[in-house]
Amino acid sequence: MKKIVQMFAIVFIASFAILFFIARLNASEGYSGDNTLTIYNWGEYIDPELIDRFEKETGIKVIYQTFDSNEAMMTKISQGGTTFDIAVPSEYAISKMKEEGLLIPIDHSKIPNLKYINPRFLNLSFDPGNKYSIPYFWGTVGILYNPEALGGKKIDSWNDLWDKDMKNQILLVDGAREVIGMGLNSLGYSLNDTNKDHLLEAKKKLDKLTPNVKAIVGDEIKMLMANEEAGAALVWSGDAADIMWENEKLDYVVPKEGSNLWFDNMVIPKTAKNIEGAHKFINFMLDPKVAAQNAEYVGYSTPNEKALEYLPKEISEDERFYPSPELTDKLEVYENLGKRMLSYYNDLFLEFKMHSK
Amino acid sequence: MKSNIRALYFLPYVLWILLFVVVPILLIIYYSFFNIEGTFSFENYEKFFTPVYLKMALSSFWYAFLITAFSLLIAYPTALLLTKTKHKQLWLLLIILPMWINLLLKAYAFLGIFGTYGIANHFLELIGVGAKQILFTDFSFVFVSVYIFVPFMILPIFNALEKLNPTLVDAAKDLGASPWITFRRVIFPLTLDGVKSGCQAVFIPALSLFMITRLIAGNRVITLGTAIEQHFLVTQNWGMGATIAVFLILAMVIIMFLTGNRK
Amino acid sequence: MNRKWKVSNIYLIIVFFILYAPIFYLIYYSFNSGGKMHHFENFTLDWYKEVLQDVRLLIIVLNTIVIALLSAAISTIIGVFGALAIYSVKTRRVKNTLLSLNNVLLVSPDVIIGASFLILFTIVGIQLGFISVLLSHIAFSVPIVVLMVLPKLQEMSPTLIDAARDLGASQWNVITKVVIPYITPGIFAGFFMALTYSLDDFAVTFFVTGNGFSTLSVEIYSMARQGISLTINALSTLIFLLTILLVIGYYFITLRYNRPGRLGGRK
Repeated sequence: MKKIVQMFAIVFIASFAILFFIARLNASEGYSGDNTLTIYNWGEYIDPELIDRFEKETGIKVIYQTFDSNEAMMTKISQGGTTFDIAVPSEYAISKMKEEGLLIPIDHSKIPNLKYINPRFLNLSFDPGNKYSIPYFWGTVGILYNPEALGGKKIDSWNDLWDKDMKNQILLVDGAREVIGMGLNSLGYSLNDTNKDHLLEAKKKLDKLTPNVKAIVGDEIKMLMANEEAGAALVWSGDAADIMWENEKLDYVVPKEGSNLWFDNMVIPKTAKNIEGAHKFINFMLDPKVAAQNAEYVGYSTPNEKALEYLPKEISEDERFYPSPELTDKLEVYENLGKRMLSYYNDLFLEFKMHSK
Repeated sequence: MKSNIRALYFLPYVLWILLFVVVPILLIIYYSFFNIEGTFSFENYEKFFTPVYLKMALSSFWYAFLITAFSLLIAYPTALLLTKTKHKQLWLLLIILPMWINLLLKAYAFLGIFGTYGIANHFLELIGVGAKQILFTDFSFVFVSVYIFVPFMILPIFNALEKLNPTLVDAAKDLGASPWITFRRVIFPLTLDGVKSGCQAVFIPALSLFMITRLIAGNRVITLGTAIEQHFLVTQNWGMGATIAVFLILAMVIIMFLTGNRK
Repeated sequence: MNRKWKVSNIYLIIVFFILYAPIFYLIYYSFNSGGKMHHFENFTLDWYKEVLQDVRLLIIVLNTIVIALLSAAISTIIGVFGALAIYSVKTRRVKNTLLSLNNVLLVSPDVIIGASFLILFTIVGIQLGFISVLLSHIAFSVPIVVLMVLPKLQEMSPTLIDAARDLGASQWNVITKVVIPYITPGIFAGFFMALTYSLDDFAVTFFVTGNGFSTLSVEIYSMARQGISLTINALSTLIFLLTILLVIGYYFITLRYNRPGRLGGRK
């Protein structure tokens, strides 16, 4: 009995000591002060130096939290109990959040740097007039492949993946819309197709792909491809850029049938406390030099046209990540298909996964 | 007087059960009756009884069974041998220690170890077997799952072995029993309770694995957990997710009933 | 006798080797200048330097430790009460019901626990942050404590209690001087399992946290999309070394503390 009491005593004393220490640390870092800005962003999605710079320039202390999926982030914000001032959802999440009244309109007069954004990336279907969101990064969905591992094969279309010589060579991301979208695009249909016949056709075609599919994975796809675990993968362009930086044998292509154009935009959730600070932050990130530095660090494509001038030519002129206007016109943004249809997409995807066995 | 003290220690526990078990269960059952549009309906339950989900449930049970069986196979000898060492408590703590390193990190480490160009394949090449596809197979999935669950199996068995009366073993030996018979007729039956709690602590969570099914099995293995995670996080169809959870809870109750004490 | 001893040793060594293989892999790459967990380039201590300079990371680690310690301690207390409660119930039906209820949280997927707790907390109006995370961790650790303590109670011979009462012990003394010492190994086991559950948890914590409060698991999972920085490897190595030192140190200290008065081996 004495041993137990001792143990508990140690545990409680140690805990309270640590709590005290944490409180001191938080105070010294300014985390418990009043002039704070709480940002909710993807992991490793900003150059930490820029946060420091923002804090110095404005005197606002940044509290930074990260998430790893749109859905998880939306659940947190919609349930309440949080005070995020800025969040960075993907485009389909933004239209959902708009619908559910989770966003505060952005005052464009407070963010003059908006003029630097390429107009091609503004006023899109998921947020007309950019009332609620400002572009942060954008990209495409495409095929990352290892020409060497595939015997010198050149890939430029979705249908290439169905070739017999691609047996057990493909990794897919764990995303219903990406995979079903690939099926739809390969048949010439739109990514936002809601016709059940088309969807079933796409699913049937995907079932035929299963001998070529090695696995359906998440973020670890980057490590796997860099390790040359597979010859080809369905990935987002930003991931592809990262992987190619690590393993120069790999190449990325946006298939010619068409693909997805995705955006991650900054929004101000309705639970924000520091709306002034949020606007300052958005304007700060829109500064061309800041955007360029961020793009170089994170490796994704920046929507900031002026920032391209500050990026090394090998980045800004890389057609794979900054495709021509003609190709970009073919790309589609995911529309909000409504809960029922999205549920149907996910059910099809679940069946596809089970078929993959 | 007695009942006063009993009430004292009954109270916090019952309070915990009410707040954190009963209420969430009620919430889950409540949610399971709402479809994706938020209206009351039975369609989630209808969906569950289709081939897709039934196959998934069967698959989950099968893999959970495999994982539990292998964990038991590996854990029991380990626990037995541990009780015979000099610093057994130390070794026990050292067995639990790896569990304090984040699961995702260990999974990434396994991705590296079992990769096509990883250490395991290097070893296989050295001994002349040649590189094999280890990742994204049933083998690697069960292996890593057992890796995670083995400490959960070792602990209760170890505890049970510790409390075993050694004179019983001596008596068996005196009566001429071989080590195997001693084990089968004396040691194992007396530690059955530990084996049972170990199996419960492994089988039940193994039914809802989803991280490992994706990371190590590349979604070639689908458990009920995969579906739940998808419904709760991706589709936002909490109703369907809750329905699957209801069945998981039912399965648990049945298993507990089957392996419970019949004394 | 010698031969058998060798085989069992080899078995144990293999088990330990496999258990620690991923850990050593992580430690190995924490020195990789290449920045990723493959293709080792050059040896470097840069990642360790980064760890020691990152105050935000330090706060997160401390948060994680505090939550683990407190939740394990409190859940152990509640769990022991629970085991005593279940043990003292005489009717088998009630006993099995309590046990089933106890284990519900063990079978439920983390996602569901997290989601249902989130709903619960918002209904009740508890602010998301340290308190909600602590309550959740306590909640999901209680069942495993019960499962570790209960078997020991059941193996305890009830004649011990009778004997103690015969000798005039009060109810309090029966519990503290007879029952608890008997089940102490179970209590320790429960405490460590609770610690483990807390340290490793991601999904539940993620759902119920807020206000800048983050734990190591949540941080690591969020990093996965961009690639886990090797500072995490370095951090994990440091934590691992520290824990090993603590464990070994604690063990040998208690050994020494127990030695005077013990004559010979304990079987």
